[in-house]
Order: sequence, then structure tokens, then C-alpha cells
Amino acid sequence: MIATFRKQLAAKRWLRGVSRAFPITLGYIPIGFAYGVLAQKAGLSAFNTLAMSIFVYAGSSQLIAVGLMAAQVAPISIILTTFIVNLRHMLMGSALAPFLNRWGKFELAAFAYELTDETFALHAMEFPKGPPGKAETLAVNLTAQVSWVVGSWLGILAGGLVTDVKPLALDYALPAMFIALLMMQIRDRVQVTVAIASGLLAVSFYLAGMTQWHVILATLLGASLGVVIEKWNKKSSS
Amino acid sequence: MEQKIIFLTILGMGAVTFLPRLLPVWVLSSRKLPPLVIAWLRFVPVAVLSAMLLPALLVQNGQLDFSSSNLFLWAAIPTFLTAWKTRSLFGSVIVGMLVVAVVRFWGG
Repeated sequence: MIATFRKQLAAKRWLRGVSRAFPITLGYIPIGFAYGVLAQKAGLSAFNTLAMSIFVYAGSSQLIAVGLMAAQVAPISIILTTFIVNLRHMLMGSALAPFLNRWGKFELAAFAYELTDETFALHAMEFPKGPPGKAETLAVNLTAQVSWVVGSWLGILAGGLVTDVKPLALDYALPAMFIALLMMQIRDRVQVTVAIASGLLAVSFYLAGMTQWHVILATLLGASLGVVIEKWNKKSSS
Repeated sequence: MEQKIIFLTILGMGAVTFLPRLLPVWVLSSRKLPPLVIAWLRFVPVAVLSAMLLPALLVQNGQLDFSSSNLFLWAAIPTFLTAWKTRSLFGSVIVGMLVVAVVRFWGG
């Protein structure tokens, strides 16, 4: 009895994780699809196209990499570029780490393997509400990656037949999700200032040609500004 | 490029992507962090989300675009309002996509 009850409970948590990842899958399938199409055009075999979605699993860097592969850029440069583009995940992992103190090393590794911009955004909203459930959290991550791999696979199947994902506005799924998650993250005036400052800094760095460092630099500066303002407010109020 | 070399490149990409994802959660999760670091980390989600989002909304084809043709920017307004009023992630995504789809449909 109890065993079946527990099983049902676990299944429920998994299902909740799967459904919470739904907005992500909405964005990942079409972008994964676009990646699959581009990888085919760049001359990657179907095996390698899927392998990248399974072993690298980082959207923007995968799109950059197939472009570089098509241009016959040396592997070491491709790996280095990937490293720089994905370095921003370090900041995301650091921000989530304080909530994961009850997780084992292996569980943390499984979690970190599927940490993307989008899963991070979801977790960053959810974790402060209470200790994150492992099953639900990992289900969110797994669902997201499965949808990414499925999208890539559909792109391979479609080959050169379809290249445009615009008609359904699927290319707006992830920007819209970021808008909503950012809005829900903001709780006070200092955070509004941080959001505006780091956003504008990122735009400036990007336009100045730092298209691989703009997110990291803007985040470092924006979060530091938040701490400074907070300290300053405390001093002036005491 | 030969498929075997591509595969090895992919494995290398995977390694350099996984390490920055793994190290902070491994190193920081089991440690008691100084209050200043905690305070700083609390600003990271807002900062990083905004840093990723704003260039996507404001920059089109390598330059700032505040024109009426920058659909991503203008569709952000109803999306933002929906998120603010309803607090629904899914609802906001649907509203944003609907606005973009409808404008594209009518605008050709």
C-alpha cells in the first residue's frame, strides 16, 4: 500500500516537473529544429548532429559551432569559442548553489549537466520559495533536454525542406519567457535598477563588438552595483 | 571536416561546457558563504536575465532598433503586462507569441 502510494507521489512530482518545463519545450523544439537543419547544411552527419545536442546541449554555442565547422575553422578554436560562450553558466550555477546544500555530488552533477539559460531562469524563480524537490527539478531539466534533442532530430528529418519557424511566432517563445521570468524576479527598486543597468550594459558591450563577453561582463557589473546600492541604502537609513 | 574529427570536437565542446556548469554547484553548495557573496549572488538572476534579454529586444541586425518594425521590442509590452497582472509564465508566453503571430499575419 505505502509503496504504491509513494510511487504515485514520485510520479506526480515527475509529472509536475515535466509540465513546468512546457514553456521551455515550446521554445526548444523550434530552435533545436533550426539547429538540426543548419547542422545538416554545414555537413554534419545525423549522428554528430544529435551527439552535439546530447553532449554539449547549449543552444547558442551549438549554432555558432556548426557555423564555424562549415567554415572549416580549426577544432581547437571551436572548442575555445564554446568555452567562452558558455562561461556564463558559471554565474548561474553559483547563484543556484546556496539552495542545493542537501544534494549529493552525483545529483548535483546530473543537475549541472542540464543547466541552461532557460532551466536556470525557471529554477531561479522557484528555488527561493522552498527547498527544491529533486525529482521535480531533474524532471524539468530532463524534459527540456529531451525537447532539444527531439527538435534537433526533427530538423535532421526535415533537412533542407523547411527553414522558417517564423509563421507560428515560435521564435518569440523564449524571449517572452525571459520577459515574464525577469518580471517575476523583480521584487524591489534596487532590483529594477540592477535589471536596467545590466541590460543596458549588455547592449552597449554587444554593440561595441564584445559579442561573446557582453552577458558575463554586464552581469558582474550589474550584480555588484546592486550590492553597492544596498549597502549605501543601509548606511543612509541607519 | 571529417565526421570523426567533428565528433572529437563535440566531445571537447561538451567537456568545456560541462565544467563551468558543474564547478560552482559542486564547490559552493556545501560551503557557508560570506554574507556579502550571498547578497551579490542574489542579484545575479535579475542581472543575467536582463543582460541576455535586452540585446535580443533592442538590437536587430547589429544595431539599436526602436523602429515600428522591431516586433520583438513592441511585443514585449503586452507580454510584460500579462506577466505583471497574471503572474502566469505560460499565459505570458502565449500572449507574446500571439501578438507576434497576429502582427506578422496582418503585416504580411
